[in-house]
Amino acid sequence: MTSEGVNVSTRVAFLQGNEACAFGALYAGCRFFAGYPITPSTEVAEAMARELPKIGGAFIQMEDEIAAMAAVIGASLTGAKSLTATSGPGFSLKQENIGYACIAEIPCVIINVMRGGPSTGMPTGPSQSDVMQAKWGTHGDHPAICLVPASVQELFTETVRAFNLSEKYRTPVTVMPDEIVGHMRERIVFPEPGELEVVNRTSPLVRPQDYKPYDTSFGDIPPLAAFGSGYRFHVTGLNKAQDGFPTTRAELVQAEEERHIRKIENAIDDIVTYEDYLLDDAEVVVVAFGSISRSARHAVNEARNNGIKAGLFRIITFWPFPERQIRALAQYCKTIIVPEMNLGMTIHEVRRCAEGRVPVSGIFRVDGEPISPREIFARIQEVR
Amino acid sequence: MEKRQPKIEINEKYCKACHICIEFCPTKVLEMRGFTAVVKNPDACIACMQCELRCPDFAITVTK
Amino acid sequence: MAFDYDKYIRPGKLPHIWCPGCGHGIVMKGLIRAIDALSLDKDMTAIVSGIGCASRLPGYLDFCTLHTTHGRAVGFATGIKMAKPEMNVICVGGDGDGVAIGGNHFIHACRRNIDMTYLIMNNNIYGMTGGQFSPTTPYGAKASTTPYGNPDPPFDIAKLAIGAGATFVARGTAFHAAQIDKLLAEAMRHKGFSVVEILDSCPTAYGRRNKFKSVVEMMNELKDTAVPVTAAEKMSPEQLSGKVLTGVLYKEDKPEYVESYRKLVARVQESK
Repeated sequence: MTSEGVNVSTRVAFLQGNEACAFGALYAGCRFFAGYPITPSTEVAEAMARELPKIGGAFIQMEDEIAAMAAVIGASLTGAKSLTATSGPGFSLKQENIGYACIAEIPCVIINVMRGGPSTGMPTGPSQSDVMQAKWGTHGDHPAICLVPASVQELFTETVRAFNLSEKYRTPVTVMPDEIVGHMRERIVFPEPGELEVVNRTSPLVRPQDYKPYDTSFGDIPPLAAFGSGYRFHVTGLNKAQDGFPTTRAELVQAEEERHIRKIENAIDDIVTYEDYLLDDAEVVVVAFGSISRSARHAVNEARNNGIKAGLFRIITFWPFPERQIRALAQYCKTIIVPEMNLGMTIHEVRRCAEGRVPVSGIFRVDGEPISPREIFARIQEVR
Repeated sequence: MEKRQPKIEINEKYCKACHICIEFCPTKVLEMRGFTAVVKNPDACIACMQCELRCPDFAITVTK
Repeated sequence: MAFDYDKYIRPGKLPHIWCPGCGHGIVMKGLIRAIDALSLDKDMTAIVSGIGCASRLPGYLDFCTLHTTHGRAVGFATGIKMAKPEMNVICVGGDGDGVAIGGNHFIHACRRNIDMTYLIMNNNIYGMTGGQFSPTTPYGAKASTTPYGNPDPPFDIAKLAIGAGATFVARGTAFHAAQIDKLLAEAMRHKGFSVVEILDSCPTAYGRRNKFKSVVEMMNELKDTAVPVTAAEKMSPEQLSGKVLTGVLYKEDKPEYVESYRKLVARVQESK
């Protein structure tokens, strides 16, 4: 069986989440990785170091996380699909360059395997406490796409989807498994080549002499030419005009920044994915993601066995947040529970979307221990 | 045989009056007038090209 | 004219933003002449910079140009070169960008000996932001954040590059304009990490605060303190006191990073 050029001896394998992530990237056509070792993400880098040379790609371990993010952007500008992987402290370091990729609109994928924080925190313990940072981490107004898989299989497929979204919307995309998902080992079925859609960035539609890297005459997502392909253009982190050169003209800066946000907002139905489980008649809804969604599913099943109409809304795309879906839930359910491995982050978004229609309570743990089905079931019983 | 004098052109829009060309001209061809360098003694020019080489602003060219 | 720079300058971009008497324009002309001497393909040439006055250089030139974040040009450039080795990659920046915030990336690029040329325009100051001191500001000099005189000792960028493993290191000055393109051309011809430090002038932020009465005085200072390394060999330590060595300071042929990595890749693919 092959997975986009990677030979794996059987179609079914037993893999670690981080390894599956690497294979997902390769499946999507990723041929460049730059990273820096950081627990619990290092296995992604190690897998890429092993696999990329086999298919003629390039791997480099850079001197720090900032350089790794820089190298990923540089490589992407030559047309290569590029990946980096990190965890909390490294994700913090990368923020400036992530913002650069946002304003310069350079496709790239960042894996952040969430660990205990803040600062050094608990390197081998899980958390879900970077979800706000994924949207607000870098300064300024910028779009954010963040995916939160809950299984080894999903870490593969969401990494493929991350590349697709990144290429399609010309923006960085983060994939954020918590450490449990990154380090767990599960059965994975590798898709055949062509079975999953692979999207490539749009090529320029004009001659090199007419090319503008931020030309919106073709819509909100300008085609991105590659360095070294016959197109010469300027890329900067300053606010710029459509020709890529810096500007401080008020109307141009406003228009550019609004376009960055709009290109994602207008595509929210294409980007947002989620799983609804037993929600049709649910009175108690648990909103969860990542490894905690698995505990939540058990708790919901237990609740149903006990005659409680419970359901699970599993977030898969964290940003843009599934606003419409949560707002709809709040119209008919009686109460919402948000279990998360942080001191309350997702809950703010859920409350915002619920608009006060239903009570929303949280179960918060930052002690490196997963929230158990028992805890969630106990809360379901409490609030029903 | 007539020797053709070099043609010195100064782009006033580019010149920032830094004085480099004036000071490093070996034959005192140039001077400052207002906010731009100008040619004062075109006949003294020996086409050494120092002004063109040293001008930071692409403001002066010398054509032999 | 001795050289037609228009071939390489993006139409409508001049006059540039640099101050009267700033040497960056002189250095940019030298870079253009060097690129022309090597007949580099414009489409396959990338100029990458960080943040600062020197880092504004790429926007003026008709190549693939990348103006990145403060201190990080070399990281971005490494990605370009690793992903597309056939590109000619030139990094450009100032002293603060290069060896303060960029220090870590600088030493590792030297260590890797990755094939690119790093042009550092060293005017001993953070000019763009109004004149704060940098790691190359002389001890005792005045800057906006050293109003009583700089208490920091400065780096010698060339020594730093050599110590970190760069295989071509040269130094010139904005006064020695005719030498700039010779050094840069040799640097670009060299296969490996080439560092060319050009001592430069910042009349507005450094000159004014440090008693230089004119642009010309700064240029003459560059002239008076520079000693070609070949001449220095015959001079005494007393004669060399306060002087700065110029010319090609170090050159060595060592395995180049991207080439070594591609050989590794070929080996791995063969053994599959």
